[in-house]
Amino acid sequence: MLREEELKTFVDGTTRYFEVAAQQPATIGSPYLLEGEPAMHDYTGMINISGKREGVVYFTAPRAMLTVLLMKMQESDFSHESMRDLVGEVANTISGNARRDFGHDFVISVPSVFAGEKPQLAQPSGARAFVIPIHWRSHSAKLVVSLT
Amino acid sequence: MGTAQEAVARRTIRLLIVDDSNIVRRRIERSQQFDELEVVGTAANGLEALELARRTDPDLVTMDLTMPQMDGIECITQLVRFKPAIRILVISALADKATAVEAMERGANGFLNKPFTDRQLNDAIAELMY
Repeated sequence: MLREEELKTFVDGTTRYFEVAAQQPATIGSPYLLEGEPAMHDYTGMINISGKREGVVYFTAPRAMLTVLLMKMQESDFSHESMRDLVGEVANTISGNARRDFGHDFVISVPSVFAGEKPQLAQPSGARAFVIPIHWRSHSAKLVVSLT
Repeated sequence: MGTAQEAVARRTIRLLIVDDSNIVRRRIERSQQFDELEVVGTAANGLEALELARRTDPDLVTMDLTMPQMDGIECITQLVRFKPAIRILVISALADKATAVEAMERGANGFLNKPFTDRQLNDAIAELMY
């Protein structure tokens, strides 16, 4: 089961992503245990984890936030496809960076992306899901981590 | 007549960009600052990359690792087999040492972690070009 101290890996990864990719740090709120159905924003990128740990990591964000993030990345394509691409890439980058601490056997899938639909979460039974609130500029998003 | 370094600098270096994210492919293309680099193709997975490499004969490849259909490690193995002199810069989110070592053992020449700054990208490309 995911230990609270392991959350630091994902908090640090999220901080690093915004600091480097958007050249503007995000503020990370206090992580909390998810109870009930997760609240989703407009776009969600999900990574399935297998190997020595099992579970999911997903990044969910509103379209407005993703638009500004793309602008900060000098992108000029703000299409639906770009939004999907971006949430998948954010989830992939934060999950892949977690291997620095979790090791080579922390196997990540290619991203699954959901927009305006409820994702099928492959959350392992009995695993706790933590929500990491992300505040960037005037926008809010979430990283959700659920691991055995 | 210029120096050998100037001659190398004048030569066109053919670049193939491989990543399953369109945003990342465009970012690499936009951020690289070398006049002598010519982007000869972009691919979204290892299979596309192999096909494009056969057609476009790149000198340098930027290679993602986690991709559908064929991942970067397998693609590196096959690329090096048919073009041993190719230079490969892995650009991946996978941040563990074992992955970097495996990529290098298969034939990659450099490794850059995502997320990256423009400067880190250009420094990593420069190391492989000269």
